[in-house]
Order: sequence, then C-alpha cells, then structure tokens
Amino acid sequence: MTVVFAAAPVIPNFGGGSSQFACERANRLFCPNWVSRNWATVLWPALRQHVELTLIAVAIGFVLSTALALTAYRRHWVERPVLIITAILYTIPSLALFELLEPLPGFGLSRTTAEVALVSYTLLILFRNTLTGLREVPAEVRDAARGMGMSDRQSLLRVELPLALPAIIAGLRIATVTVISLATVASLIDNEGLGSPILAAISNEVFKTELIVAGGMAVLLALLADGLLVLLQRRLTPWTRARAV
Amino acid sequence: MNNFVEAFKFIGRNGQVPGAPPLPSLVHLTLETLKIAGIAMAIALVIAIPLGVWLGHIHRGSFVAINVGNIWRALPSLAVLAIGVAFLGIGLGNVLLALSVLAVPPMITNAYVAVDGVDRDFVDAARGMGMSGWEILRKVELPLGIPLIFAGIRTSALFVVSTTTISALTGYSGSLGDIINNETSYHLSGVLGAAICIAVLALVVEFALAGLQRLVTPRGLKLAGREDATSAFVPIVGESS
Repeated sequence: MTVVFAAAPVIPNFGGGSSQFACERANRLFCPNWVSRNWATVLWPALRQHVELTLIAVAIGFVLSTALALTAYRRHWVERPVLIITAILYTIPSLALFELLEPLPGFGLSRTTAEVALVSYTLLILFRNTLTGLREVPAEVRDAARGMGMSDRQSLLRVELPLALPAIIAGLRIATVTVISLATVASLIDNEGLGSPILAAISNEVFKTELIVAGGMAVLLALLADGLLVLLQRRLTPWTRARAV
Repeated sequence: MNNFVEAFKFIGRNGQVPGAPPLPSLVHLTLETLKIAGIAMAIALVIAIPLGVWLGHIHRGSFVAINVGNIWRALPSLAVLAIGVAFLGIGLGNVLLALSVLAVPPMITNAYVAVDGVDRDFVDAARGMGMSGWEILRKVELPLGIPLIFAGIRTSALFVVSTTTISALTGYSGSLGDIINNETSYHLSGVLGAAICIAVLALVVEFALAGLQRLVTPRGLKLAGREDATSAFVPIVGESS
C-alpha cells in the first residue's frame, strides 16, 4: 500500500523552514503549534471518519448478529455452524483479512473492504453475548410471561430481550472497542480514520507529535466509547443496580 | 481469482520474487513472527498469571482485575505501538513492550475470575481435609480454574500474533507484516501470500493451544461437561460496574 502515501511530501506535516517550525524540525515529543495548525485539516477529519467507520460497522454487526442470535434461540441447530464460522473470522488477524478481501471483485482499496472486515470481527462477540443473555433468562420468568397471556413475540420483546440487555451491552462494549482498534489498521486499505495520520507520521521519517496525538486520540475514543456504553447500560437496566445495592 | 493462484505460487517459492533481489524467505519471516509473539507472550504470562491467580486466591482486587482489565483492553493496538515509537523509537524493544502490555489484561481478568469463582464448598472441603492455603491453590483452585485461565491465554496469544504483524506498519521489520507493508517489492500476489500465512499461523496457534488445554484439563472436568470448542474464543467481560 505504499501507493497510498506516494503523494505525501518527503517529511509529511513537518512544516516549512522558518523558525516558526523549530519544534517540528527538532521532532520534539509534542508540538502544540503543529496540532493547532493541522487540527482542522488532518486530525478532526480523521477522527470523524473513525467514528463513522466504527458506527457503521457496529450497527451492521449488531443487526446481523441479533438476527442470527434470535434464529439460534428458536432453532438450536443454527448455533453451532454460526459459532464455528464467526470464530474462524474472529481468529484471522486483521491485517491479513483486509489484504485477503482486497483482490475480490467489488472490494479493492475501499471503505467497503474495511467495513466488511470490521463487521466480521463483531459477529462472534455480539452473537455469543446476545444468545447467552437470552438463554440465561430464568424459565420461571418465561412461564410467568406466558401465564400473563403474552404471545411468544410479546414475551421476547417485553421480557426476554430486556433481561438479556446487560449481556447484549457487554458484547457491544467489546465489539465497539475492538472495531475502534481495528479501524486504525483499516487505514492501510482505505486511508481514512485515525490510522491514516499514524501511518503518515511513520511512512518516511518518524514524526513524534503526530504519532502521539493521533494515537492518543484513538485511545481516548476507545475509552470514551466504552464509558458511554456503560452509562447506556445503567440507563437502560436500572434494576441491575438496584439489586446490587 | 488469478491473484490467489499467484499468491499460492509465491508461497510455493518460499517468498522469492523472480527478477527481484532476494528477500527474506517466507519460512524465516513466519518463524520470526512466531518468535516475537512467543517472547511477548512469555513476558506477559509471567506477570499476568501469578498476579491474577493470587488476587483470585485471596478474593481481593476484583476492581483491578476486572475493571482495569476491561479498560486496558480498550486500548487500540496500533495506537499503542505508535505512541511507543514516539518514545522508544522503532525497534524490537517497543514492539515487545507494546505486545506484552496489551497481552496482560485478558489473562489477569480470566485468571482472577477462574480462581475467585471456584465453588467455596470445594475450598471449605479442602480446608476441612487439612490442606494449607498453598495446597488448596495447587490441588483445588488451579485445576478447577484451568479452562478459564486457558481461555485468557488463548485470547491473548491470538491477539499477540495478530498485533505482531501490525507492528510492521509502525516501521518494525522482521515479521510477516513486512511483506504486506512492501507491495512494491512483493506485488499483490506476495501480499496475499503473506496474508494467507498470517491467517494460517493464527489458526495453527489457536488449535495448538486448544489441544494443549485439553491435555492439561483434569479428567474430571472433561467428564463433567463437554465444553464447546469455541467457548474459549471470547474473553470474559465482568459485569460492568
């Protein structure tokens, strides 16, 4: 993928020759001026793309795996093949999967390639957690729902899925941080997201400020996403906290 | 599809590209990848397993073992490698540090949960038989915790193999990622061939560890419940709190 960086200047983002860029030329650990100059053109767009990539992948992965989990919940034989296939997808290292998808027709160096690979890493985690969450709903609770005259569908939507929420959101947490991490590697394929300034900062000569800022943004994004999902879970399942107290 | 045929020919030639200057062989790079991953795993194992097992044994530090583990696992690997390069420069030191740092949390969390979660009745029974704390750990808690401890080791090992190849993106040379990072020399067929090698390597490591796990699992546990082959793939997530 050296092609991607062919257009970049020899020392990317180091700045020009005036004394204003002394920090960049000395390649200090952190040059605040560089950050403020490049925030709007490099860093912010990369962050936005990263969030987009992540949201799309987690959303598609969530819909697919929920559909699969609901199917497996009713029809047991579905579980095993889905587990085996998603487990193999999960095992293939990201760098390899991106490259394996690239030559396929319709993929290439595109966002599609990145997203398909990212989605494939969410499936195992989301499928397993959702299915386990549903299976762990006590039989008495299901019987009670039926006793109240609920149909299968009503019981699923109003009783079983809400009770499975903690497990489902726990799955979403791992899936989300996994995708945020792998989306940085995906920059190799589609040259967007926070991986792209990281790769640019390293492609010709190591430019420290960009590495630290872009890397730090990816770390903070992952921690923030994880924290938001914890808050979401507390919001959606207040009873789990009431019991803990 | 032609690319895939070429990729297998590339593997057949052991990574040599006709007409190009000789490059490191595919076998060499695969073994190097495995070696780096192995060293990083060894470092992480020595730190994580005793700590996790000990915390589980004394039933303390669940916050550290579970919550910090979960937060730690959120760290994007390429970002950690990149930040490491800024401080330590490109080299094996940075790669090993990043890999070991990233491999620790799943193992601590699993080792803690494995030992902490052993049925208290068994521990009480063992104590009633006159076992010391050390004997309880060695003869009761560790054997019963083996499946979960191993699940953590497998998660970490997979992650380390995968991240070793990613380290090539941060300039470190000496793994299969080198080929993927150098399409100019190796062409798309070479990149694909290396990708296939990485995928196979990860699957082999996973199956080898699964086999090893079966060997060290006490017979009683194997009889008690036939564990699903895939159950160890996914790390445990502590109930969020």
